[in-house]
Amino acid sequence: MISDPDVVGLLYLVTIACFVVSLKFLSSPRHARKGNWVGGAGMLVAIVTTLLLEGLENWVLIVIGLVLGSVVGVVGARTVRMTAMPQMVAIFNGVGGGAAALVALSEWHNVDGPVWDETISIVLSALIGSISFAGSVVAFAKLQELVSGRPIVFPAQNIVNIAVLVAAAVLGVVAVAGVEEQWVLYTLVALALLFGVMFVLPIGGADMPVVISLLNAFTGLAASATGFVLDSTVLIVSGMLVGAAGTLLTLLMAKAMNRSVTNVIFGAFGQVQTGAGSGRAADDGRTVRATTPEDVAVQLSFARKVIVAPGYGMAVAQAQHDVRQLADVLEEAGVEVKYAIHPVAGRMPGHMNVLLAEANVPYTQLFEMDEINPEFPQTDVVLVIGANDVTNPAARSDPGSPIYGMPILDVDKAASIVVLKRSMNPGFAGIDNELYLDPKATMLFGDAKDSVLKLVAAVKAL
Amino acid sequence: MIEVPLVLELAILLLAAFLGFEVISKVPTMLHTPLMSGANFIHGIVIVGAILVLGGADDTFTKVVGFTALVLATANVVGGWFVTDRMLGMFKRRPEPKQEKETRE
Repeated sequence: MISDPDVVGLLYLVTIACFVVSLKFLSSPRHARKGNWVGGAGMLVAIVTTLLLEGLENWVLIVIGLVLGSVVGVVGARTVRMTAMPQMVAIFNGVGGGAAALVALSEWHNVDGPVWDETISIVLSALIGSISFAGSVVAFAKLQELVSGRPIVFPAQNIVNIAVLVAAAVLGVVAVAGVEEQWVLYTLVALALLFGVMFVLPIGGADMPVVISLLNAFTGLAASATGFVLDSTVLIVSGMLVGAAGTLLTLLMAKAMNRSVTNVIFGAFGQVQTGAGSGRAADDGRTVRATTPEDVAVQLSFARKVIVAPGYGMAVAQAQHDVRQLADVLEEAGVEVKYAIHPVAGRMPGHMNVLLAEANVPYTQLFEMDEINPEFPQTDVVLVIGANDVTNPAARSDPGSPIYGMPILDVDKAASIVVLKRSMNPGFAGIDNELYLDPKATMLFGDAKDSVLKLVAAVKAL
Repeated sequence: MIEVPLVLELAILLLAAFLGFEVISKVPTMLHTPLMSGANFIHGIVIVGAILVLGGADDTFTKVVGFTALVLATANVVGGWFVTDRMLGMFKRRPEPKQEKETRE
């Protein structure tokens, strides 16, 4: 048993240092894995220290809880497919937020006459934690396609949402003002859960990276607020580190889409578009040209430089391994192959990088948008695999387009473009892609995995 | 826990925010998914709160709430760590000869 509060404080300080170091190590893929071990060691110190504190009871429940949670965590983490990573991150966000809210609830239940600053912390922890929990569960359901990934909208949605949030905030003020009834916090939690559900429901597929980052920040802040409730510095600091990470990613993602965070949350993306004067290019007589795997194989084999631009379609089709195989075959034939990664390709920050890493693509072959864009004019063939909006030239040229101003991959500057696509359905933004009408572009229709496999076979047959 | 004056706690919070922004802005885009799951793992620190609540619970309500919180937080910690480790293990500098892939790791 540890009884000296200074020793306890010092041990928690070790944890904080470990967490900061683990984040620091993430600045390079070479040290990143070591960093995770350091973070893990820090967490272990914190857990063991807490378990050794004097006066803990209910040991049976504690042990069962730890074992049960560990089993769920390990099984989940081991079995999840890399393509399902966004869901996994969403659900871990949710459980963390839920835990923070529950700790706040029990403090509210047990503390007699809490002082005002304690009440504020309890209210914030319960509010943010609940929003994060409910929001993450909905985000999970959307990504897992348990509910439609498309925006779900109803009239006066924003007004209702704001009303719910304001009502929850009012209850929070009531609690801080000294009304210590139990129902106040229960109702607040119920409203926060409702808000969490309603604020994620209208947000569509391509906006998911922003939402997931935002929920990440929320959970961190909820943990930080819990730290104030329990007077625990380790919770305050760790929660805030996560809050900072989530906030930074949210801003980066929003910037990569040239939209403000408020616009993502209240804009219901798929909805706003339809009226805009975009994608009318089809009227000028240009048509989409379909091609065959054999033709593309010839194009690829005789190219000097090929750039692959992957998107969510590659993840859905689980085509990353086959894409890598295609790249291998081409490289053996002396073709230079690079990958162009748009910051918001996929459903979470860095999604494409993880998928390609899983397929053993060395990260030295992956290039960020700003690095690779100057290279497109010297590129013979660009393979667009399941990416749509991030390659749409309308973002540069058509002020009427809803994605106007969003930085894109300049694939249209390459000598020729091959687009692998399931059908002519527009992308998640619900807008036509002018790229497909480009005279340099040809379309290879079909499931991305199928198409890539056919390409591999065709290149080998040459 | 040591009682820390509120203002000091707020100062710590503020410094942690700046530190977080500083450290995390150095993380390359490539590692943003592991960053998210690593951050996920770190907010699992709320497990400390869950243990304290359950360990100090003496009525059924608190026991149920504390137990649920502990299960959620543990799943968060353990799952978050394993997912991050699994992901980071995949990032490789250059392709290794295929047959030795496992051993050279």
